[in-house]
Amino acid sequence: MSVVVVGAGPAGVRAVERLVAAGLRPIWIEEAPDGGGRVFQKPPPGFSRGHRALYGADHGRAFALHAALAALKPLTDWRPDTLVWNLRPGDLDVVSDGTHERLGWERIILCTGAMDRVVPIPGWTQPGVTSLGAAQIALKTQGLAIGRRVALCGTGPLLLLLAQQLTKVGAPPVLVLESAAWSTTLRAVPGLAWNPAAALRGMAWRAGLKVQTGAVPLRVEEGCTALRWRDSRGWEHRTEVDAVAMGWGLKPETQLADLAGARFAFDRLQRLWLPERDAAGRASVPGVYLAGDGASIGGSVVAELAGTRAALAVLQDIGEKPDPLETTLLDRALAREARFRRALERAFPYPHALAAAMPDETLLCRCEAITAAEMRASAAPEINRGKAATRVGMGRCQGRLCGPPAAEVLAQAIGCDIAEVGRLRGQMPVKPVVL
Amino acid sequence: MLDPKGRVVMVSGAPRGVGRAIAERLLDQDRPVVDFFLDGAPAQARAGDTLLTAILAGGHGHVRHSEFGDGPRAGFCWMGACQDCFVLVEGRGARRACGTLLEPGMKLRRR
Repeated sequence: MSVVVVGAGPAGVRAVERLVAAGLRPIWIEEAPDGGGRVFQKPPPGFSRGHRALYGADHGRAFALHAALAALKPLTDWRPDTLVWNLRPGDLDVVSDGTHERLGWERIILCTGAMDRVVPIPGWTQPGVTSLGAAQIALKTQGLAIGRRVALCGTGPLLLLLAQQLTKVGAPPVLVLESAAWSTTLRAVPGLAWNPAAALRGMAWRAGLKVQTGAVPLRVEEGCTALRWRDSRGWEHRTEVDAVAMGWGLKPETQLADLAGARFAFDRLQRLWLPERDAAGRASVPGVYLAGDGASIGGSVVAELAGTRAALAVLQDIGEKPDPLETTLLDRALAREARFRRALERAFPYPHALAAAMPDETLLCRCEAITAAEMRASAAPEINRGKAATRVGMGRCQGRLCGPPAAEVLAQAIGCDIAEVGRLRGQMPVKPVVL
Repeated sequence: MLDPKGRVVMVSGAPRGVGRAIAERLLDQDRPVVDFFLDGAPAQARAGDTLLTAILAGGHGHVRHSEFGDGPRAGFCWMGACQDCFVLVEGRGARRACGTLLEPGMKLRRR
């Protein structure tokens, strides 16, 4: 039985762990030099900070995950530094340091992770402007602050967490813009025993962070020397900065699921197209399973649970009989986490109106340097027609960054619902490769 | 920390793109110095730096220029997704600066 697991983050590690426990030896492919995913990414050799300094409150989970990762590598066909760039029924193409190979699969679990979701603003392509995830990776894995006067803008847990992390190491941000209004946060979570959004805000307040709520960035000035922004009352401000990090939640890396032929559905709450899956992680295509943030944003706790659950689904589908109690407990835990997640999505929504209203001159697509005006002028009836007309989403990143905001811009321009403009279809190779 | 306001400040040690570093070395920087070449000029960074760190923390400002004429770029996502930090490593071809570790003597060329 050829079982492949793509990704060695929280979902991938737990999926592999359960497969190995059942006596399987999966092929395990990771694009990075080592596992851990983005959340528990390790610094390269030579760095000295320990787990507590690197991963904060999650250091125990990070340590456990790294230990499992190390123990599992020799029990699998472990392939780090390897990119899966194409996926078809029955086989896939990988490249590692210029060497290409085609591998067969009968079952495949995709644990492909996520990246920041952005709202392009004028000036965002300049050096000094990064994603929130980038600023966190710089701190965690390279010991860097992205600047001395850093502005953070976006929404949700990562924004506040990063602000707190930078403050803790003596590099507090000069400005934190949270696009969600306080009222949105408070309204979001009736019926839960505690309010995760309010808890986050409380944490930020205790850390002495001044957070502008209901505030959005408008423009990064030439040379990344200042950020223009708007507060919740509509007043415009200018703050001198030397770096800006931005991110409004995360979006799953669904390109491989797309190439596998999985059916997608529009998720109103996340305002994203997501691959369909059942509660155990089975995609609409036989033999394809999805787990973790690569399927739907849930965070690392959910990813670990979902990874194990997807592995159990594989085992069930090949005729093994795992203990029904194990699946029941996992399904319950996943359902409980999903309620929290929905509350977080309502508390920290993607600011779609800001994206739809981006100024004409904004470089919507940074790969091909295409402006929002060009997408509006296309007046295409659907996003893939818009892509063909303007090349938005056709560049090296394949619409990873511009996809969601481009859909917002186009939907507004032609006056239709966001779900009706559709989604950018994936193309192989999912990332640039030298053939 | 000295306040540079109202003073004449000499910035040294950055052979190209003299000026402020985009990324500030903050923690865990007690690592051996590594020599490399950037656009033919000698430069220094630290063992364990990615190419992106070596270039940006070294005060070199950018990793490439947009082929569409809209100016310099220095990557965005630092996680191999945005494809905006490609730099030419002599003998190896184009590499993502965010995911490639610097090796002693590497010759990097920016476009």
